[in-house]
Amino acid sequence: MRRHAELGLTDFEFERIVALMGREPNEVELAVFSLMWSEHCGYKHSRKLLRTLPTEGPRVVMGPGENAGAVDVGGGMACAFKVESHNHPSAVEPFQGAATGVGGILRDVFAVGARPIAILDSLRFGEPGASARSCYLLDRAVAGIGHYGNSIGVATVGGEIYFEPAYEQNCLVNAMCLGLIETEKLIRSAAAGVGNVVVLFGARTGRDGIGGASVLASAELGDQDASKRPTVQIGDPFEESRLLECSLELLDRGLLVALQDLGAAGLTSSSAEMAAKGGVGVDLDVARVPLREAGMEPFEIMISESQERMLCVVEPARVDAVIAVCGKWEVNATAIGKVTDTGRLRVLVGDEVAGDLPVTALVDECPAYDLEPAAPATPLYPAPIRTLADDGGPEATLLALLGSANLASRAPVFEQYDCLVGSRTARRPAQADAAVLMLDAANGRRPALAVSIDGNGRRVACDPYRGAVEAVLECSANLACVGAEPLGLTNCLNFGNPEKPHIAWQLTRAVAGLGDACRALGVPVVGGNVSLYNEGGEGPILPTPVVGMVGELPDAARAGGLGFAQPGDTVALIAARGWAPSLTGSELAKLHGAAPAGELPAADLGELHALHAAVRQAVRSGALRSAHDVAEGGLAVALAECCIAGGRGAEVALEAGSEAALFGEGPGAFVVSGDHAAMAAFGAAATAIGTVGGEALRIAGVLDVPLDELARVHADGLAHLMR
Amino acid sequence: MKFGVIQFPGSCDERDALHAASLVGDAVLLWHRSHDLQGVDAVIVPGGFSYGDYLRAGALARFSPLMEEVERFARVGGPVLGICNGFQVLCESGLLPGALLPNTSLRFVCRQVALDVVDATTKWTGACARGDRLSMPAKHQTGRYWAPDPVLDELEANDQVVLRYATGNGFNGSARDIAGVSNHAGNVVGLMPHPEHAVDPLTGSADGLRLFESAALIAAAYPADLLGK
Repeated sequence: MRRHAELGLTDFEFERIVALMGREPNEVELAVFSLMWSEHCGYKHSRKLLRTLPTEGPRVVMGPGENAGAVDVGGGMACAFKVESHNHPSAVEPFQGAATGVGGILRDVFAVGARPIAILDSLRFGEPGASARSCYLLDRAVAGIGHYGNSIGVATVGGEIYFEPAYEQNCLVNAMCLGLIETEKLIRSAAAGVGNVVVLFGARTGRDGIGGASVLASAELGDQDASKRPTVQIGDPFEESRLLECSLELLDRGLLVALQDLGAAGLTSSSAEMAAKGGVGVDLDVARVPLREAGMEPFEIMISESQERMLCVVEPARVDAVIAVCGKWEVNATAIGKVTDTGRLRVLVGDEVAGDLPVTALVDECPAYDLEPAAPATPLYPAPIRTLADDGGPEATLLALLGSANLASRAPVFEQYDCLVGSRTARRPAQADAAVLMLDAANGRRPALAVSIDGNGRRVACDPYRGAVEAVLECSANLACVGAEPLGLTNCLNFGNPEKPHIAWQLTRAVAGLGDACRALGVPVVGGNVSLYNEGGEGPILPTPVVGMVGELPDAARAGGLGFAQPGDTVALIAARGWAPSLTGSELAKLHGAAPAGELPAADLGELHALHAAVRQAVRSGALRSAHDVAEGGLAVALAECCIAGGRGAEVALEAGSEAALFGEGPGAFVVSGDHAAMAAFGAAATAIGTVGGEALRIAGVLDVPLDELARVHADGLAHLMR
Repeated sequence: MKFGVIQFPGSCDERDALHAASLVGDAVLLWHRSHDLQGVDAVIVPGGFSYGDYLRAGALARFSPLMEEVERFARVGGPVLGICNGFQVLCESGLLPGALLPNTSLRFVCRQVALDVVDATTKWTGACARGDRLSMPAKHQTGRYWAPDPVLDELEANDQVVLRYATGNGFNGSARDIAGVSNHAGNVVGLMPHPEHAVDPLTGSADGLRLFESAALIAAAYPADLLGK
């Protein structure tokens, strides 16, 4: 195999590199190209699709292309946020893979100058009941997330976990971070000022994570995964904690021209991107880079993915001040290069030139491929093992759903995370459909942000377009339930190998759905990440676009909760006219052993936009005492969740008692409670279906289950897999 | 009334403690490498992961230069409160008896807990009454209070057990459900739960304010020279 092929470049790409360089690249140059032109850094198979997403809106202050996007949240403040995947490292070594996933997304947020205030995680694993490995991955990934987030003192406020057989070989670990910053202090990553100094600060550079972006993140996992363990980075949250405080102090003192974190492809991508954005060149002397071990080759120093490092551009007169601030925080800082007017990235070893690359070729000339989508002729995913018989009746079905790994209480996971450091968390996990984080008080009120992260791969597998639309709708519905209006979203597109036509079809249809839903709801995409090649010998993962949405609410004191709060309250179903829940792609269909296939109900995006606004207004006005959207498990599970969260039963009567009516899924419905008069605001969308009270959930003529049994089954479903 | 909150590398809850203290008095951050307590009337050693919990939770922070001043301040009766990692630091430095061991579950747990006030005579619980129940969060992986039985007997005999987890609320396996202890004089108190995260009903509880109010009461009642100034 030729060297470029070993590094993941095609013959076509290699020829293009030779043409752009005017000669064959040397080893250092080839290593740099292989990373910059990897899927992970270069978005070769997704760039054209991503350009179709709406990215503009009145509240957007920084769109895609920077370390994180940002939206205006009032009071001169902006919220920077982004979601990123760390799937392949987590599949190889879950603790460090998940921990460094958190570390990486934190750095993206403080690289724009924002202080991180919250983390969310979206996790996917194989069936835990059938697979000891999935239990191990879950246990270690959760421990890794907690280890990093808890230690650095950023609250982990929400997330989601689903288990499906298709994730058995490729687990997904997506981490999202939000940060706050005074809008005028946002810093960009474009290098500027010829003669300015490039300073590397943070941890020393070692051989960990060499080639992670190309070897792990841009190819399918095979049988030799254990041998890839050395490409997984090792995280040190204590180093990152000092790096965070140090970076924010440097910015606060106005000492930096530009700032960039070192993530995938390390010094290579950070320096090339800073130079490309600024239209300048950069000279780096790798001999000056502090190393963990002697004898590292120049190309290793350039591509190392050692964690907890940042690169900044500083005016020469301020270098001493920068080094002094770093010294205070016990953070290494070394001037390793300078900004030039050559438009070239030069890798120096002392006076010797080890590599000399045109920046535009690295960043802008990376090929962008057209996908060749084709709908699969036969179903892609096998049917899961049936775990529930047909004839148990609605009570048994409800309990089976509540105790299933996908719907059971997440407390065994989220209790391992500090959800409240920072004193902003007004709605913790399991208290509401979205996390609520207070901003600083203004005029006696506490304005707040709400955030939710969602994506249901099984439904996207059924219908990539409608499934992706539902992911956006689900986030918007969750925000509505706490009274929040969406400001922007970030997404992480987790898919299989896009060079295969059916994966290209999933990706193309899902991005079309995301775009249409965002346009209909008026929610811009401010950033995101793509993780492709998530497949192994047994096939691809379920197509999993994960959406993280941030919204605002005027007063945290009025933030909604999901639990029934007061005996005697009216329980109402708030539903779109066309709400037609079906068992296709539902949790119940899975328990019944149905493959993820079939037609999902269509959503009238205009009507749902208005419905979400009505729920939001009712919550904000204080008219409702609880609000919860009907999602996985359908109406009966939603009612049970309201009972469990509130510690109160309910008496309900429904028009229809079919399985589809009780447990069917489809976007466009909410369960709310409050005074009977409050339901009038919803007009025809509201149907009073019952009353809060008692020690059981009773659906007349259908089921009657004691509250403590609901709570016990719900509490134990995941807990028994984590002991 | 002026509180000082120490900031170590790796502290997490120092800004929350600063905010909580500022609700009942003035509050300043104190950098751990300094030798200057800035004339504060009370010191808070905050939660977090000072020095990354490397070696042992709290074991390295106790050697920070400012801790020498805190020990001097404590010896002359100055009020010192250690919260979570701060409690670990105070145990490591010998200002408080006992030690904090890993939770019996070996997992980090974050949970709202109910605490019973056992001793309302310390400088940090004077605004409470014995038997009061306080709600505040606990979040730690190394919070199992431990001391040899004779020491525990002595602590109980001397009224040095300040707070206990209410029945059913202890999750870490602490000896005798102890959540917080004081030194013999009652001016140094350490606890694993977080009063600074319980100062606003919107975030779950405001019961933690009582500890900060207690210190403010003391400062108002005693002349400054008793605090070693």
